[in-house]
Parts: sequence; C-alpha cells; structure tokens
Amino acid sequence: MASAPLPVTSACAPRRKGGVGRYIVLALLIAATAFYLMPVYVMVINGLKDKSYMTLSDMWKFPLYLDGGGFPLAWKTLSPNLWASLRMVIPATILSSLLGAVNGYLLSKWKFRGSDVIFTLILFGMFIPYQAILIPLIRFLDQIGLYGKWQGLVLVHVIYGIPITCLIFRNYFTNVPTELVEAARIDGAGLIQTFFQIILPLSLPAFVVVGIFQFTNIWNDFLFGVTVVFNPADQPVTVALNNLNGTNSVDWTVVMAAAVLSALPTAIVYVLLGRYFIRGLLAGSMKG
Amino acid sequence: MAVTSPSIPQEIARPVAGLRRQRFTLERALSPLLLAPSAVAIFVFVYGFIVYTFYVSLSNWKSAKPDLSLRRPVGVIYADLFSQTRFQIDLRNTVVFTIMFLILAVLGGLALAILLDRHVPASGFFRSVFLFPYALSFITTGVAWSWIFNPETGINLLFDAAGINRLLAAFGTGPLKPGWITDPAVIWQLNGPLATVFPAVGDWSLKLGVPVAMIPVAMAAAWQLSGFAMAMFLAGLGTISNEVREAAALDGASDFRLYKDVIIPLLNPITVSVLIILTHVSLKIFDLIFAMSGKGPGFATDVPGIFVYEMIFRAQRYNLGAAAAIVMLASVALVIVPYLARQLKSL
Repeated sequence: MASAPLPVTSACAPRRKGGVGRYIVLALLIAATAFYLMPVYVMVINGLKDKSYMTLSDMWKFPLYLDGGGFPLAWKTLSPNLWASLRMVIPATILSSLLGAVNGYLLSKWKFRGSDVIFTLILFGMFIPYQAILIPLIRFLDQIGLYGKWQGLVLVHVIYGIPITCLIFRNYFTNVPTELVEAARIDGAGLIQTFFQIILPLSLPAFVVVGIFQFTNIWNDFLFGVTVVFNPADQPVTVALNNLNGTNSVDWTVVMAAAVLSALPTAIVYVLLGRYFIRGLLAGSMKG
Repeated sequence: MAVTSPSIPQEIARPVAGLRRQRFTLERALSPLLLAPSAVAIFVFVYGFIVYTFYVSLSNWKSAKPDLSLRRPVGVIYADLFSQTRFQIDLRNTVVFTIMFLILAVLGGLALAILLDRHVPASGFFRSVFLFPYALSFITTGVAWSWIFNPETGINLLFDAAGINRLLAAFGTGPLKPGWITDPAVIWQLNGPLATVFPAVGDWSLKLGVPVAMIPVAMAAAWQLSGFAMAMFLAGLGTISNEVREAAALDGASDFRLYKDVIIPLLNPITVSVLIILTHVSLKIFDLIFAMSGKGPGFATDVPGIFVYEMIFRAQRYNLGAAAAIVMLASVALVIVPYLARQLKSL
C-alpha cells in the first residue's frame, strides 16, 4: 500500500567514523545472515542425507556421501503435485495480470464519479481472511461443476487476485504521464485504442512485477488448495508437503528434500528477479 | 502535425472541441462498463459471500446436510462460540502471538534496515538474504521450523554441542532440553494477580499467560516476515535526505541520537503501515502454525484460523465455523478499515 519510493541503492548515511564501528556492523550482519540461512541449511543438508547411516541426532552435520539422499523419493512423491501447482499457477497468473492491467488502467486514467470508492472497496478484498468466504465459495464452485477441479482453483485465484493486481497496475499507470493519454485522445484514439497503442507497450515492467508477485502468492497458497481440490494427486504442492510432514512412515530426509523441492520454483524466481519482487512487495506490501 | 499556430481558426477549433467532448461522454460510459465485471465479481465473491457466511453463522447448519433455517434466538451461536474453552484459548493465543511476532518482526526489521543503512560492503546481498524467507510459503517455513524446534533434534542438539548440558550437570541441574512446540505449559500467568483486583477472574478456567509452544511459532513467523518490515524501512530510509543527517551530525549528535531522535521519528508513517499490515497477517495466521505445530498440546498453538478450518472441514459444524470466521473478519476489519479510509482520502 505504501507507495514509498524503492530502495534503489542502499540508503546513504554520511560516512563518518570508519574503524571499529564498521566491523561491528559487518559482524552483526554476518550473524544475522547465518540465522536467516539456518533453516535453508538444515533443509538442504538433511534432504541430502540417507537414513541408513545418519540419524536425527546428526541434524547439523554434513552428509557423508552425496548420493541424493531423500531427493529421489521426494521427487517421485511430489512430482504430480509440482505439476499440478504449475498447471494451475501459470494460467492463474497470466489471467489475473491481464485483468489487473485493464482494471488499473481504467481506475487511473479513466476515473469516473465514485471510481475511487469502488477502488477502495475492491482493495478491501485482499485483506479479508479467506475463511470468511469459504463456505459459499465451495457451494458456488459445486453449483458450476468446478468443485474439486484445478480449473476451479484457477478461477478462485483470478478472482481473489483482482485487488492486488489492480492496486499494483493502478499505482504504476498513475505515474505514466496523463499527457500521453490526452495526446492519443486528440489524435482520435479511444479508450481501447489508447490502451493497446500507448499503455500496453509501456507496461512490461508492471507485468513483470505483477507476474512474479502473483506467481509467488499463488504458488505459496495453502488454504484454497486444501479446500477446493480434494484428489491428492491434483492438490498443489503446498498441500502435498504438509501431508508428507504429517506422515510418520516417511523419513525425515524425504520430508526435508520435499520442502526444498516445493520451494525451488519461487526461490529461483526470487534469486533471478528479486529486484522486481521487492517492487511488487512495496507496491502491494501484503502477504496472504 | 508540426504546425504551432497560436491562433487556431475558430471554425476548425470548434468542431474538434465538440468532437472531443462527445467522445468523452461515450468513453466515460465505457470505463465503468469495462470495470463492471471485476467490480461485480468482488462485490459477489467478497461482500456477498461474507453476508452469506454471516447468515450461515446464524443458521442451524451443523452437519453434512445443509440446513439454512434461522436458529433462534438469533445470534446465540456467538454466545456458544465465546463460551467455548477452545475458542477462548484461541483468542488468548492470537493476542500473545501478535505481540511476540510484532516485537520480533518490527524491531528485527528495523535493526536490519539500520545496519544496512550504514555503509557496508555487499549490502545488496545481505538485503536479498533477509528478504528471501518472504518468497517461501508458510507451509515450507512451518515444516522447516518444526524440525528445528523438535525437542529430539534441532536446537536442542546445539545446546548439547555447546556443552551447556555438561556444565549444568556439573552444577547438579539440567539437562536443558526445552519441549518447544511440544510444551503444553502456560507461563507468566496473570490470573492470580488479576483476581486480587477483579475477583471474577478467579473463576476463569482460561490461563491468561504465554503458552511456551507459541514462542517458537512467533520466532518462525518473524523469520519469514521481518524481511518485509526491513524492505519497508529501507524504502523509508532512502527518502530521508542527506541534509537531515548532515545537519544532525553538525549539531554533534551521536549515531545513536541521530537514529533515536531524528531518523526513527521520521519513519513513523512507515512504522504505522508495517504495524497495520503485520497485525492483519497475524490475525489471519493459519498455514504456518498448521504446518509447524497444528493445534499444539492442549491447544497451546491453536488459533482462530485453525479453529474455523477444523469446524468446517473436519467437524462439519458449519454455523460455529462460520461464526468464528466472522469474528476473524471483524478483528481484521478493525485494523484495516481505518487504514483504507485514510488511503481513500489521500486519493
């Protein structure tokens, strides 16, 4: 919500005393880094272990051999769900981004009486606890024959993605000079032509930001996944991972490998495109 | 097109203006028309569905078979809900979790942002590391931390490795082996002290204190979301001009005073936003706890989000689940509606 400018470079404190203070700051940051990476370390090294020669009391130790540990079995168990997530997340992300672009354009460049109120009412939709709409949502999906189907999950994510995508695109288009739209208008371009000829070519960065943000949000969703889809093989990977963690018959090495696998797509997107991720976060600044 | 004539002949200018005005009204009608599908979808799927859920909470629907007849006296389900020990525990847990989580995430995020505000090498790398958990799902976080706070392994092994338990054994105590997420204890109970002021509290079965198992859960949540607070604070720090810092430096303010008296007060609007957003996340918290510890021993880590899920999808007590969901919604609205209203005014 905060339309604060982005931390383009790290903010600049005037450089004064160098010396000891600097090393203390650096030492604190390195300690914090160790803390933030600790769960990642635990997941990766334990995923790589084999239960036949290591026990839970070796949690912090490196694996003795690098033979894949729990990963092959985790992959075998989770691959249907990784696929189910991907199949659902990609269309949901594309559709909700397109819808967001149109809504953001209308609400920034074609305001009408009451449009700001409508915008605010739409925004409220991204803060609600989804528990408060689950019962009618499932009845509705059942009525239209999409309950239990991944297509139903796509529809749900597109609808509940309207507020956040609308917000990010609206904020982006607000910064596009209105003169461009005016000029097109004088040249005889209408609302739709202006969108395709002027706005759309300018909005690639916004599409990247919204796309990454929605991909991450939808991939990470659990509540809709666990309630809308019931066939285990069709459930998103977050649901499969949670089920695996609650199963006593499965090795902990497999669970940790599965946790790594389920996080890999969003982690890769974050590492490659983190810059855009931060922008989406600051423009949308919400989780769940 | 490159003609710049200061005086457009009237007969040309007028039709253009007229045409423009005409299109304007047509296009003006097009804008709400194109917005309508999304707006209607939100009105139905958010507002309509909330009304429906509220109605379910007032109904007799408490089994697999839908029963939407009104239960009388109207609204008695809310009395049922608030008198349930489990829901009372959930409300206490939400308050405790929110306080611990906000302190850890906001102070942690602020500390990280201030450290990165100093000239340090590789600040981009550090920033990426601290924000990384935000890109993960609550489920992954919950699974990872459930192993770290498993009393048989994880952190407790580090206590052994650090020799803490050998030291304690030498003093004839120990071993230090906290139960973490398996500990049902509620510490720092306020029932006794409160009962001396309000005697009615003495009859309460609810223990007003901190459930030990909630501490690791709040730590995991702060691990995931402190990066968000940091990113917000960094964005704010980026807007504070060097003149402000230099002026303070000229006045001889120490670094500590610079942050305490100048910079942190300037960050107040950001702090408010961070608090509102994180509080609303905390009121809705579900997946993280569901994956990490579930209800916990003696409902030590149970929260309304889990309560609603279990009432609707396990127990099929739809009306009770709906009522708890409405309570969740009301608590979130209490925080978010003033925030949105303020935003609307600034539009």
